[in-house]
Amino acid sequence: MVVAIAIIRQRSLIATVMLSSFFSLLMAGTFVLLDAVDVAFAEAAVGAGITTVLLLSALVLTSSVEVQPLKTNWLALVLTIATAGVLFYGVSDLPTFGDAAAPAQRHVAPRYLEMAEIETGIPNVVTSVLASYRGYDTFGELTVVFTAGIGVLLLMTPGVRRRKTPKKQDENVT
Amino acid sequence: MMATEHLILRVVAKLLIPLILLFGLYVQFHGETGPGGGFQAGVIFAAAFILYALVFGPENTRRVAPEWLISTLMAIGVLLYFSTGAASLLYRANFLEYGVLSTDFVAGQKLGIFLVELGVGITVSSVMIAIYLAFAERQGSG
Repeated sequence: MVVAIAIIRQRSLIATVMLSSFFSLLMAGTFVLLDAVDVAFAEAAVGAGITTVLLLSALVLTSSVEVQPLKTNWLALVLTIATAGVLFYGVSDLPTFGDAAAPAQRHVAPRYLEMAEIETGIPNVVTSVLASYRGYDTFGELTVVFTAGIGVLLLMTPGVRRRKTPKKQDENVT
Repeated sequence: MMATEHLILRVVAKLLIPLILLFGLYVQFHGETGPGGGFQAGVIFAAAFILYALVFGPENTRRVAPEWLISTLMAIGVLLYFSTGAASLLYRANFLEYGVLSTDFVAGQKLGIFLVELGVGITVSSVMIAIYLAFAERQGSG
């Protein structure tokens, strides 16, 4: 919470990037406390590691100081508070943390926990759910990563720019 | 000039990179029993390359990971995932139902999950390397 406020107050974008990296590391610690080691792993490696490096290298390409907005956008403030209000209202309807009767604990989770090792022979339930029971979803995620990679390469690779240049010359000729 | 610059960084990076690569492989192939899996392993594996690129420059990294290799690996990972799923179709099972890939259902599941995680790891690591190198090379030229 303190870190989040510090991120908003900060004008220097480099400091913002470092603070959000720190925030990711804190979140990774929280996930470990909640016994979600796999998520913590991903959060520490992606959130605190790779994202920081990528954002910093993006900052080198652009300016590293946030532009001061000319006027405060009141509509945005009202919208944000309204959305937050709706979300908090929704949270109040959720079952209490660790409730054994919650739908999340009663739906398919017990079957996965009991049968995963017998059916797939793999002790880590997270892996077996991700790769086997929810194979379609993971395939979709992988395709998203792949598409993102293609998109960045198309935008950033100089080779694409070179192919565009002759087109412009053609337009000049005609 | 480059030989004497950041001497400590270069020595420490050289020490760390093999360990990071080894840890990435461990997370990849041990994801079934411990925490981790293809995604985390791919990111750790890519982190080693990014560290190399940070310390030794993107030109030297390109000699280890040329553009054609990285772009091909990006596609190969997705293809590996898809063909693992399609292979089970050939055995008259549903898409991505790995149980039929081996004579024993559980062994087939293990094989399928292993191949799928390998596909995830290959694609994720090469995409991360590709994105970082695209940014880094842009800095060099612009």
